[in-house]
Amino acid sequence: MTKPKIATTSLAGCFGCHMSILDIDDRILKLVELIEFNKSPVNDIKKFTERCLVGLIEGGCCNEENVHVLQDFRKNCDVLISLGDCAIMGGIPAMRNSVPLKECFEEAYLNGVTVFNPAGKIPSDKELPLLLDRVYPCSEIVKMDYHMPGCPPSADTIWETLVALLNNKPLDLPYELVKYD
Amino acid sequence: MNENLEAVIKEICQKYANDSARMMDIVRDVQSVSGGVSKDAMRMIAAVVGVAQVEVESVVTFYAHLSEQKKGKVVIRLCNDFIDRMFGADRVAETFEKEFGIQFGETSADGLVTLEYTPCIGMCDQPPAALINDKVVTWLSTDMASRIAKAVKEDGGIDKLNLPNGDGNNAHPLVNAMVHNNLREKGNLIFEEFVSGSALKNAVAETPVEVIKNIKASRLRGRGGAGFPTGMKWEFTRGADGDEKYVLCNADEGEPGTFKDRVILTEAPDLMFEGMTVAGYAIGAKTGVVYLRGEYQYLTAFLEDALQKRRDAGLLGKNILGKDGFDFDIRIQMGAGAYICGEETALISSCEGLRGDPKNRPPFPAQKGYLGKPTSVNNVETFCAAAKIMEKGAPWFAQKGSQGSAGLKLFSVSGDCKKPGVYELPFGTTVKELLAKVGAEDAIAVQVGGACGVTVPPSDFEKEICYDHLATGGSVIVIGPGRNLLELAHSFMEFFEEESCGYCTPCRVGNTLLKRRLERVIDGKGMPEDLEYMEQLGNTIKSTSRCGLGQTSANPVLTTLANFRSLYDGLVKKSEDGLQPSFSLEKAVGLSESIIGRKSIHHHE
Repeated sequence: MTKPKIATTSLAGCFGCHMSILDIDDRILKLVELIEFNKSPVNDIKKFTERCLVGLIEGGCCNEENVHVLQDFRKNCDVLISLGDCAIMGGIPAMRNSVPLKECFEEAYLNGVTVFNPAGKIPSDKELPLLLDRVYPCSEIVKMDYHMPGCPPSADTIWETLVALLNNKPLDLPYELVKYD
Repeated sequence: MNENLEAVIKEICQKYANDSARMMDIVRDVQSVSGGVSKDAMRMIAAVVGVAQVEVESVVTFYAHLSEQKKGKVVIRLCNDFIDRMFGADRVAETFEKEFGIQFGETSADGLVTLEYTPCIGMCDQPPAALINDKVVTWLSTDMASRIAKAVKEDGGIDKLNLPNGDGNNAHPLVNAMVHNNLREKGNLIFEEFVSGSALKNAVAETPVEVIKNIKASRLRGRGGAGFPTGMKWEFTRGADGDEKYVLCNADEGEPGTFKDRVILTEAPDLMFEGMTVAGYAIGAKTGVVYLRGEYQYLTAFLEDALQKRRDAGLLGKNILGKDGFDFDIRIQMGAGAYICGEETALISSCEGLRGDPKNRPPFPAQKGYLGKPTSVNNVETFCAAAKIMEKGAPWFAQKGSQGSAGLKLFSVSGDCKKPGVYELPFGTTVKELLAKVGAEDAIAVQVGGACGVTVPPSDFEKEICYDHLATGGSVIVIGPGRNLLELAHSFMEFFEEESCGYCTPCRVGNTLLKRRLERVIDGKGMPEDLEYMEQLGNTIKSTSRCGLGQTSANPVLTTLANFRSLYDGLVKKSEDGLQPSFSLEKAVGLSESIIGRKSIHHHE
């Protein structure tokens, strides 16, 4: 029997949620017995090679590339899970939503105190994906099946969630894992 | 200029005894003298009355009619609620914009005119309507808008237009308004001939406790819409500890589609004042305050005159009707354009010279209300009914109406009907009966209870209008064939988004989210899940908001979802590929494209 496939990605996030995946420590050995990673920074596979059961999405969408990756995940995964608060509601990157986009560019490339930019131009290289007008939570771009809150969700939360999903059991997280104050 | 301003402000504050509780009057006066309340003016007011500047600022920035920026000499406030838009407010707006060369929300460069939108100004029976400074103009056409614009440009006002006065007391020299009463059906309660003092005579012949017993026996319930038993409210206020007590009259009718208090204030103010005086006697209050919505400013001189007549007749003042120690007087507190102030604790805040924020309950106003003293807040119509009950007896009143809702009620009917206006009918009248009276048998829906009320489908037209079935403070809006009910719900959500005081998150944020999701559905970008989301969110706003505004603001969406589900179902589509139809990459990168100066390489692929 082939193992179910899991894909992960970090969009407009800080990779903290992926660190939390690694924080499951030695259980990662158990995990690779249960599943196989497809496209993911964990194994550095860049493109989907097979259809996946689960896609874990860290971060919201701040640029056009994020949107593409997320839509690609939706096409290739049966179940999409927002992993952490940025994916769920934009999180810290979304703080820029209250600042006009032009000012964001100017602060980052022209006016910031640590900026060294003798050309005095905002970069326009085609390799740089264009920013969206604001940072979007994933659920505004594609249908998300589940949301796993936390900044980041703890390793235990991620572990319990995956195990429950793989065993087709209802998820019953203890209070300590989902309380955040 | 500054010294001059300081002198003016000192004089104004002096007029109100430098009392910070009269902040509303102070800033209103300053605004009327200098066109706005500048930061300088705020600082001076704060210094004179002895509060922090931010307290003055919080009042100025809260109310729609107050402003830090200097407004034009003529401020045109065009009502843009759903009813006025049904009858061409948008075309009138276009005309004004074209004539003055500015957009709504702007002031002309020469400082002559400011154009603003305003929600319901209580003229839904004669739409579209606008306030030009304090003057009301009704049944506006594009022609009329052009004439008004011409007059403003040539004479700096519309006095020379000699607009015709309305009927009844609208033609009274102290009112002088274009407003029409549209009083279509009188019962024999409020608009009957009334002899000043006749109710009060009967009241003072009894003890205050007996008066309250009478009101309780009449089964009178609050006419503002919530329906709290009036006698009980008075009893609680009377029984509460406090050296002083207050009677407050809620004349802030701001619920879209409500204008019955306007007609009472025009045609039967004496009856209302009498009811307040009866309440003062029953409760043991010496002061009454009428909180009059800013939009009804045109009635103040007339109302002040009516008060003076009562003082001259010994019906207000000291030892009223010779009763030793029965002292009572009434003042009018003007509002300044805030729907939330119709909520009784927000109304109290506003009377105290604060932002119109609702207060926490308990303590209820009956225990701790105006200035921290026991206070009974009742509706204009409730006071009128109370006076009639004292005049004619509790049984006379109790036998009218329906089982749980005694008496007659004023309904203000507007929208798609042949005879919009005010109807005095017994509680228990069915929607169908009412529609027959107003000439709207072909209605596709009826909005009962205003923006926060219920959208009633034809299958429920047999239902009775009363507290137990379809409650209303008076507003009945008829929606005729061809109208879009989702647009109706949307306009109400726009209204609530604007009028939320912003204090609690469910109301401030929730209403905006609900409105946006509704827009998504109306745009045809919605999915079936969005309808579930709207139901969930609506119920969350309802159950977690702090005051009546948020507890009812989701009603237009929730009741149209419940009663007109097929309209929504027809607009939403399941997403086959799991992508959100409401998201457009092209739109989302458009701004970047223009700033960076190149096209996206993705969405053109």
